[in-house]
Amino acid sequence: MSLELSRRELLKSGGALIVGFSFAGVAPTCARSEAAGPPDPMEVDSWIAIHADNTATVYFGKCEMGQGNTTGLLQIAAEELDLDMGQVSAVRLDTNVTPDQGATSSSSSIDRGGPPLRIAAAEARQALLQLASVKFGVQKGSLVVEKGVVFIEGSPGRSVTYGELLGDKPFHVKITGTAPVKPHNRYKLVGTRVPRVDLPDKFSGNYVRVQHLREPNMLHGRVVLPKGQRAFGYGARPLAIDESSIKDIGARVVRKGDFVGVVAEREWDAVKAARALKVTWAETPRLSGNGGLYDAMRAAKTADTVVADVGDAAGAFASCAHVASATYRGPYQGHLPFWPNCALAEVGPDGAFIRSATQDIYSSRAQLARVLGLPVEKVRVQYYESSGTFGRSCYEDASQAAALMSQATGRPVRVQFMRWDEHGWDQYGPAHLADVRAGVDTNGRLIAYEYHGWQHGWTVNATIHDLVLGGEPVERAGGSNSITVNPMSTGSMYRIANRRVINHAVPMKGQLRGAALRSPLDLNYCFASEQTIDELAHAAKTDPLEFRRLNIGDERWLGVLNATAEAAHWTPRVAAASLSNADVVTGRGIGLGTHHVSYGAAVAEVEVDKRTGNIVVKRLYGALDAGLAINPALIENQIIGQMVQSTSRVLKEEILFDEHGVTSLDWNSYPVLRFAEHPDVTPVVVQRLDEPSTGAGEEVMGATAAAIANAFFDATGARLRQYPMTPARVKEALSSVRAG
Amino acid sequence: MAQTLSIRVNGQLRSVAADPDTPLLYVLTNDLDLKGPQFGCGLAQCGSCSVLADGVEIRSCVTPVGSIRGKVITTLEGLPALYAHQKGLKESPALHPLQQAFLELQAAHCGACYSGMTIKASELLAKNPRPSETDIRQHMNGHLCRCGTYQRIMQGIELAASRMEKPA
Repeated sequence: MSLELSRRELLKSGGALIVGFSFAGVAPTCARSEAAGPPDPMEVDSWIAIHADNTATVYFGKCEMGQGNTTGLLQIAAEELDLDMGQVSAVRLDTNVTPDQGATSSSSSIDRGGPPLRIAAAEARQALLQLASVKFGVQKGSLVVEKGVVFIEGSPGRSVTYGELLGDKPFHVKITGTAPVKPHNRYKLVGTRVPRVDLPDKFSGNYVRVQHLREPNMLHGRVVLPKGQRAFGYGARPLAIDESSIKDIGARVVRKGDFVGVVAEREWDAVKAARALKVTWAETPRLSGNGGLYDAMRAAKTADTVVADVGDAAGAFASCAHVASATYRGPYQGHLPFWPNCALAEVGPDGAFIRSATQDIYSSRAQLARVLGLPVEKVRVQYYESSGTFGRSCYEDASQAAALMSQATGRPVRVQFMRWDEHGWDQYGPAHLADVRAGVDTNGRLIAYEYHGWQHGWTVNATIHDLVLGGEPVERAGGSNSITVNPMSTGSMYRIANRRVINHAVPMKGQLRGAALRSPLDLNYCFASEQTIDELAHAAKTDPLEFRRLNIGDERWLGVLNATAEAAHWTPRVAAASLSNADVVTGRGIGLGTHHVSYGAAVAEVEVDKRTGNIVVKRLYGALDAGLAINPALIENQIIGQMVQSTSRVLKEEILFDEHGVTSLDWNSYPVLRFAEHPDVTPVVVQRLDEPSTGAGEEVMGATAAAIANAFFDATGARLRQYPMTPARVKEALSSVRAG
Repeated sequence: MAQTLSIRVNGQLRSVAADPDTPLLYVLTNDLDLKGPQFGCGLAQCGSCSVLADGVEIRSCVTPVGSIRGKVITTLEGLPALYAHQKGLKESPALHPLQQAFLELQAAHCGACYSGMTIKASELLAKNPRPSETDIRQHMNGHLCRCGTYQRIMQGIELAASRMEKPA
């Protein structure tokens, strides 16, 4: 580990401080501190540093993963400081440097990461104005700032820069929360389409990712795990390791507890050794396999909770004119980043330094400390971007494997997961089973709604953590709408006097590993709930858009619904009203949904080939109301990504497993949407200047899944109640319609 | 057994010590310190590791380094110079027109697929200067994107094609 002056020391010395985040990593960028963080969030210095050249470094705790949050957060800071984008830069996330803002999850970067940064920047601005007011002998109120230059209002001749006022010295100012923040009518940067700060280096090829890192004297490591995970809760115990199986390869075995890995001087040797090493694994209990999955979930001994209960749903069904009722199924799906996870660790007797693609540096540090048997303050974690991870892929495992092998060998170790490691040992988005029932009165008003959902929870610790430390693995099964059925995506958008949502928590032990996968389970909820709503629109002989308008009470839900319909040039008609006998038919559908917050709506136009059973999603229109849009261009990009990924998930993606374990170990056994199949997406951002910013990275996915399913019905008159909507399932659904 | 091999990468003759069965990818990333091609699957399924060999896109993760002797390898890093050569320009631009178009269209999310996408698209435009939408969709179909950025990558290819057709 190289020793550099800490940021605090540099600030104290008042010397020239070279900080700033170069995505290219060309300069020795983030000043490394020897003191373990997190820095005190109540100090302005923990968030903002002003430099002599009149630029600012902004410290925050949310990871850039390609969603563009760095750009958005810098816009917020620059806005409050009255700086230009060219005057602000961010630093790499680092447990010795950056504040602890929790995980970069739940689309929270702007929603929850933005406000503390805005407040800190406003406090910093007030402190700078105070210095200027002393210098000029005038009231703060008579000062104005442009691009970090402070003027006396009406006397442009007298000015001083932030850099001259404070350059590279600390603020020593506490955050009081009383500094005024700008009203939106004075925004210059917020709300504009600032280009992403990470993209120039990404396109030139100079962006440094965790995969690019190398250290002198470094070893290459690979994990050795059974090909495809087995039943969760029973570990992966090596009964025998035949080291002679790799005697001709320049590699050696590293073991701690039940963890097995190999290290080699040459990467190809590590790959070959991990593949060749003969390990006899202990038997684990049988899994349900895909065929028995949903029956096993329904038969499980569940812990049941009511997550929403309004009126008398059970009683209200008796007075409905039409009731729609069905069971819906959605499979395990994987995060499966385009690049499998990777990490580089240097562990010595005095501490550990791990460069990781984690979504939460502080939480990773705690797990790493336990695995290594080191106190937390001796472990330092730095974030390096890998490829889009969409939730808890195997980044903790790659980091822990690298750290363990570095600890065992006394040398830096780079671990690269192989494709089958990442596919086989992911924490999958759990499978979901739903019984949905809803009803309308004679006026087409929704009056009764009931949703029963079955799923298991999420892992708390990484696979390797549990292999090393043993003990009963922990499941997180309650306390969040992401784990229990999300009442936001199950009918909350409609005025329904009698509504009940019940969660049936299936124990994860004996199933597959689970964790949050982008917009956790909202695809499932919306696929089920919004098809039920669509069935009622059809039963009421009403256009599905009109039916929803009639039943929505909230103007923001109505706003996204109308924005999507307008973008799609929706014309009213009852769904599946004029079915064609042609081999290739088209349809359109609409859906609503969200995650925790924000408002999402989607329209899908699909083509179905009845002969092959193939569905092509031709066009998608998606509207998102995420309150104040800090940068509408970032949100448009997120809408496109969400809708294409949702298309992939609802048409193609399914983790396959048999009674022994997972068999989806590559892109052939786990197909995803390909280039030739991509729909044209029209994103619409509904700007709400007066509303707080809320999440924008997940909230259109559920609506998209629902819109595609409803479009399939419009095209064919058949309902598909299980996804992925594969050709085989399409043909089966079509034959049952013909038979019926 | 490791041998000393000479390979021509991005206009330079490089000497590396490697077992000839080592996939080219590991030589490019570990011995030549190139950042463009990356490990994605090791199975030639995703396109993350794509490079040009004599102008033809190959998957470096399954191509033994011993098999490419005598061929000219181009990675993302070498694309601007290759473009300058193809167009008879005196100097290499900072970015290939594809890179420039992708940047203008903000075509990436995480951007991990994009080196392979650029390599594959450059192969297309070298032989088909004005590809149709169908041409692009078919030509690019072996390259996956997990973030869902296909649409803007396609628009970027169309934009770059329209610019490259004009005399430089």
